[in-house]
Amino acid sequence: MSQTVTLRIYRRDPDLDAAPKYQNYQIELTPGLTVLMALYHVLENVDKTLAFRASCRSAVCGSCGMHINGKNMLACETQLAPLGNEVLIEPLPHLPVLKDLAVDMTRFWDKYEKVRPYLIALKAPPPSGKERLQSVEDRKKIDEFIDCILCACCHTSCSTAWWDKEYLGPAALAKMYRFVADSRDEGGAERLQIAAREDGVFRCHTIFNCTEECPKKIPITFGIQEIKKRVLWGKLAGRM
Amino acid sequence: MMKHKVLVVGGGLAGLRAAVECAMLGVDTAVLSLLYPVRSHSGAAQGGVNAALANMPECKDDTPAKHAYDTVKGADFLADQDCSEILTTDAPTRIYELEHWGVPFSRTPDGKIAQRPFGGAGYPRTCYAADKTGLYILHTLNEQAVKHRVKVYNEWAALSLASDGAQNHGLVALNLQTGAIDAFAADAIIIATGGAGRIYKRTSNAMQSTGYTLGMAYRAGIPFKDMEFVQFHPTTIIGTNILMTEGARGEGGYIINKDNERFMQRYAAKAMELAPRDIVSRSIQTEINEGRGLPDGGGCVYLDLRHLGREKILERLPGIRDICISFLGLDPIEKPIPIQPGQHFIMGGIDTDKDGATILPGVFAAGECACVSVHGANRLGGNSLLECVVMGQRSGAAAAKFVQGKSSALKESVVADALKKTSSDVDALLKSSGKERLVTLRDAMQDAMTDKIGIFRDEKPMAEALALLRELRKRYRNIGVDAKNRKYNLDLLHTIELGGMLDAAEATAAGALARKESRGAHSRLDFKTRDDANWMKHTLAHFTPDGARLDYESVTVTKWQPEERKY
Repeated sequence: MSQTVTLRIYRRDPDLDAAPKYQNYQIELTPGLTVLMALYHVLENVDKTLAFRASCRSAVCGSCGMHINGKNMLACETQLAPLGNEVLIEPLPHLPVLKDLAVDMTRFWDKYEKVRPYLIALKAPPPSGKERLQSVEDRKKIDEFIDCILCACCHTSCSTAWWDKEYLGPAALAKMYRFVADSRDEGGAERLQIAAREDGVFRCHTIFNCTEECPKKIPITFGIQEIKKRVLWGKLAGRM
Repeated sequence: MMKHKVLVVGGGLAGLRAAVECAMLGVDTAVLSLLYPVRSHSGAAQGGVNAALANMPECKDDTPAKHAYDTVKGADFLADQDCSEILTTDAPTRIYELEHWGVPFSRTPDGKIAQRPFGGAGYPRTCYAADKTGLYILHTLNEQAVKHRVKVYNEWAALSLASDGAQNHGLVALNLQTGAIDAFAADAIIIATGGAGRIYKRTSNAMQSTGYTLGMAYRAGIPFKDMEFVQFHPTTIIGTNILMTEGARGEGGYIINKDNERFMQRYAAKAMELAPRDIVSRSIQTEINEGRGLPDGGGCVYLDLRHLGREKILERLPGIRDICISFLGLDPIEKPIPIQPGQHFIMGGIDTDKDGATILPGVFAAGECACVSVHGANRLGGNSLLECVVMGQRSGAAAAKFVQGKSSALKESVVADALKKTSSDVDALLKSSGKERLVTLRDAMQDAMTDKIGIFRDEKPMAEALALLRELRKRYRNIGVDAKNRKYNLDLLHTIELGGMLDAAEATAAGALARKESRGAHSRLDFKTRDDANWMKHTLAHFTPDGARLDYESVTVTKWQPEERKY
C-alpha cells in the first residue's frame, strides 16, 4: 500500500510577500526517496514556481543545505521516510531569503574571503619545480577540514552568527584552520591576526551547533579552539 | 552591459583554471557561473588525475610518452596524437602547480604525491587525494580565483553568443537571482561548462550537467566533434547512478556476477577490472543481458571491496563509503555494492584546436564541453581532471594572447542586438501559449538516449531515436512554461536548457547512426569491428534547423599506428 507524506514548505518572494507562508504538498513515498528528489517532484509536477538550489545530488556540491524538521542538513542525502508523516522544509536560517528555499549567500561568501582562503607560501617551491614534500602524518592533520563543501549548514546553525552579523563564523574559521593546520602554509601569523580580531575566534562560545549540524562531520568547534589556543599563546608570548 | 576582456563561462575546474591563468597574465577576467563555482560538478570527481610523476616504486620508468601511448590506445586511436602528447607532457607541470597552490594530495611514505593504478594505464599514474580529488582541486582553484581577485557572476545562465558571423563580441545571460537578462561585451569567451550527462536518464552527472551551452555554441556556427562517443562508467550505484570511483578497482576491488565470479577474466584476462571503461562497461552489460546479473537487481552486478579491509577503505575510499551508507543503506566494508554502468562523460563536444580555440574568433572552449580531441573514442580514467587543468591553462593563455593582440574593436552594437533578440525570445517563451512541456519532452529524450544510444547500438533503434529526437526538436518550438515569475524561475531555466540539450542529443544520435563501425565507446551490434580504412576520422556536426549536418576530418597520427586493443 502506498504511503504519502506531507511536505510543508516555506514559500516567500520578499519582493511580493510581506511574510512567508507554508504550503503543503502531498507526496507518495517511494523506496530511496530523498528530500531533494521530493522537491524535484513538486517542482516538476505540482508547483513550478518553487525555488531551491541543487546540483550534484550526491552530497558533494553543497548547494542544497536546508532547514529540515528543525535541523540543517543536505536535502540530497536525507531520506524522506524516517522524517515522519509531515516534513517541515525551510531555508537555512538567518540569511536573507532570496526566494523560497534559496537564501542570499553574499554574507557567507564575504566571510570566506576575509580569512585569506588560500595557501600562503612564502618560500619558493623546490627548485626542481616538483611538489613540496609533506609527511603522511602532516597530511593527516588536515584530513577532516579539507572535506568542507561550504554548504553553510554550520554557519547558519551558529547562534552567535545569528545575532552577530560581523562574526566570521564557523565555516570561514574552519577554512582558516584548514590552512593553519597545513604544514605547507606559512600564513600563520597573518591569519592569527585576523582570528584575533573582535569578529574572530573569541566570539565562539563553544555551543557546538556547527559541529553537530555539519553534514561532513567536521569537528569545527575543535578547529576554532585550536586557533584560539594559538592566538592565546601568541599573545601571552608577546608575539601578537 | 558589463564589459570584460575575457569572460569565462563555467566555474568548474577548466573554467577556474582558465580564469586564474588570464588573471595571472594581467588580463581583466570574469567568470559567469550557473552555480557558485564550488558547486560545479568537477567537485564530484573522485579517483584522481593522471601525470607521469614516477613517484611510486612500481612506476619509476613512467614517462609522459608512455602516458600518451596509453591515452591514444585507450582512445581506440581516434585521439589526435599531437594533442594527447601535449596533454601528457603538460601534465607534471600542472599537477605540481596544483600542489604548490595547496591541493591536499595523499602522500607516499617519503612525502611525495601518491599515485594509484587506474584503468588502461601501464603504471600507477593517477595522483589522488583519498577519493575526493576533484573536490579538493575545485576548492583550491576557487581559492586561487579569490586570491587573484577574479570577478565572479554567480548564478547566471549564459543564453546566446553575440557574433557578427566573423567574430564574437560577447554574450547574453540570465541572472537567475533577479530574473533579469543582461549582456556582456567581451573580446574573448571561454566556454567551460562541463558535460551533458543529463541528456541520458541513467547518468553519474549532476542535475545541472545538462550541456545546454553546447547548443549555444552550435547555434553560433561552431561545430561539434565526435559527439557519438559517450562514456558509460562501469560502476554507478543502482537507483541514483552516483559514481563509485575507478579508484575502488585501482585499490584492488573486484567486480562479480551473481555466481560470485570475477567475470572480467573472460573479457580482459590481463587487466581484469582495470581494463579501460568502455571494455568493463560492455562486459558488465553483457553479463546482465545474458542473465548473470543480480536477481531482482534491476540490471546490476556487484562491486566488492570487502577483501580490502576496513582500514584501507577508510583511508583511501572514505567518500564512496559515505555515499553507500547514505544512498544504499549499506556499508561496503561489510557488503558488496550493487552497481551498473551509467552515462559518465562525453568524449565529444565543441570542436577546438590544441589551444582551445574554436572556428569562431573570440570563442574558446575547454574541459568536458570541448573536444580537442585528446580522448578520442574512449577516455581513460584520471584524464578528465587532467584535461581540465591542462586545457584550462592553455585556453586561458591563448585567450589572453588573443585579446592582447587583437586589432579590431569590440562591436558593442552586436552585443546590444543579441540582447534585444534574446530578451524577446525569453519574453515570448514566458508568454507562450504552447502546449508542450519540459518534463514530457525531456523524459522522452532521456529514455531514447539511454535505451537506444547506449552501450550497445544497432541501426534500427538508433534510427528510431534520431527520428524521435528530431520530432522532439520540432515539438520544442511549441513549448510553454507554467511559472511566469522572473526571479529564480527554475521552470524557465530548465525549459531553456532543454533546447540546448536536444541539440546535443540529436547530434549524438546522428553521429552514432552514421558511424558504421565499432570503436571505443561506440559499439555497434551490426558493425562489430573497427574500420580504420573508412572510419579513422573525426565526425563534425554542424547546426541546421532540421538537424545535424555531418562531415569528417582526419585524425592526426604522430608516433603510433593503429593496433588491436588488448588488455
